[in-house]
Amino acid sequence: MSAPTAHGAIEAVWRIESARLVAGLARMVGDVGFAEDLAQDALVAALERWPESGVPDNPGAWLMAVAKHRAIDQLLRSTRLAHKHEQLAREAEQRLAGAAPGADVEAARALDPDEVGDDLLALIFTTCHPVLSVDARVALTLRALGGLTTPEIARAFLVEEGTVAQRIVRAKRTLAEARVPFELPSAAQRAERLVSVLEVVYLIFNEGYAASAGDRWVRGELVEEALRLGRVLAGVAPGDAEVHGLLALMELQASRAAARVGPGGEPVLLADQDRSRWDLVLVRRGLEALARAERLAEAGGSGLGPYALQAEIAACHARARSAQETDWIRIAALYDALAQLAPSPVVELNRAVAVAQAFGPAAGLELADALLDEPALRGYHLLPSVRGELLARLGRAGEARAELVRAAAMAGNERERALLMERAAQVGAAS
Amino acid sequence: MRFMMIMLPGITEEQYEQFQHDPPVDAIAAMGKYNDELAKAGALLALDGLHPPTKGARVSFEGGKPRVTDGPFAEAKELIGGYWLIQAKSKEEAVEWASRCPAQQGDVIEVRQVQEQEDFPPEVQAALQS
Repeated sequence: MSAPTAHGAIEAVWRIESARLVAGLARMVGDVGFAEDLAQDALVAALERWPESGVPDNPGAWLMAVAKHRAIDQLLRSTRLAHKHEQLAREAEQRLAGAAPGADVEAARALDPDEVGDDLLALIFTTCHPVLSVDARVALTLRALGGLTTPEIARAFLVEEGTVAQRIVRAKRTLAEARVPFELPSAAQRAERLVSVLEVVYLIFNEGYAASAGDRWVRGELVEEALRLGRVLAGVAPGDAEVHGLLALMELQASRAAARVGPGGEPVLLADQDRSRWDLVLVRRGLEALARAERLAEAGGSGLGPYALQAEIAACHARARSAQETDWIRIAALYDALAQLAPSPVVELNRAVAVAQAFGPAAGLELADALLDEPALRGYHLLPSVRGELLARLGRAGEARAELVRAAAMAGNERERALLMERAAQVGAAS
Repeated sequence: MRFMMIMLPGITEEQYEQFQHDPPVDAIAAMGKYNDELAKAGALLALDGLHPPTKGARVSFEGGKPRVTDGPFAEAKELIGGYWLIQAKSKEEAVEWASRCPAQQGDVIEVRQVQEQEDFPPEVQAALQS
């Protein structure tokens, strides 16, 4: 096999196997940081050997066997060097018992998708642990679960490679120092810990979908990565309604990705989108995931959670064949429910938009105006942007134009700023 | 990126029909496990299996006019059994997934990238948008 071909094949195997590999190793050594280092060592070994030997028949088991070798080596060495590690080493060795070099059956079992599900879930809970900063959670999750390299993560988030490398090193150290056990959270803690997991996945999605910085409106790699994480999560935590709610929300939003960018790369607002360009595969997947979330919530005797409610709103748009057919009364009611469940100024602003669509601009503006003194929205360009649009609809062109110009000055995304300036000029010209 | 993995089973139309009447349970269970693995890895977007061509039809356009032929198709060399639509980061990843399929002796899986709008030249994109 030629070297470049082998490299692509190894990357492909890595993409498929790495999360299960890290999860299986973490179960054995009890330390996600150590497990991730071991997995990386196995990858290096593969990059050295596979170009000559070819990809083995069971590449996952091969990687696992190499990583276990390395684990035993390192644990023995650290035992010799530092007695305080002795106990740890002995425990880990016991856990590794039966994992002698060449124990491929054991290695293969550890990678069996049916067996490894709980380990994967424990890995997600650990990389999204509240003891870590949000940036660290994102970086470690993309690394350990997405199999992304440091340069890939850095590129996706438009930060320096060194910054990402440091975040990952620090995250691993924090987990070790805080002695975060590698396990599923207790039933009492599960809901709370799940919030942190869903938050990380949705943050990755939004970083790609509503690129908050830079000159590109959508960064597709991050959207795909978040969708993949959401689907993996739905596979290992199939009984959690909000997991499906989040997946539904992401699939439905992503279905509009192609339609929300114009030929020049400029954003296209929902009402102006060519709906024939919405991705029906993702719409279908989103509606199916939402139906699962609804069934689970009903079976659990609870109402829909905040992600499922947002997915319901996205589904209202997905079901409308034209912008005029949108059921804004239902959307306004859903925002009302969301505002009660998870009140936030941003939800309130969205509710203002929905109310304006359902019941007229004056009703919407009243809600938006109530947010003017909201400290959390200071510097948030969408507040003046929404007010500008509503004022324009009420025929108050001068005020509308001033608000849109103000919004443009606050927008962080260059494409969005251009769109707002254009809109301000239109409103100004119409007056 | 999206890829379609198209299953071209190495069997005759008759065998295909037979397969429908008397499905090999073990092979189907193995395929179910594979599909499950694709889904749990977050790669699977959609999949479908197809009824045998004996129940299908072909619309050919010789001389520019549609002409309908009902199955079975005596001259058919390659059958299509079904497809998977997957999301992958590279062609190599899609090929790796295809290689893991518990296929039967003689089967072929063709791996093809799905065309996205940005794959077209700008003038075609403009035409598509208008």
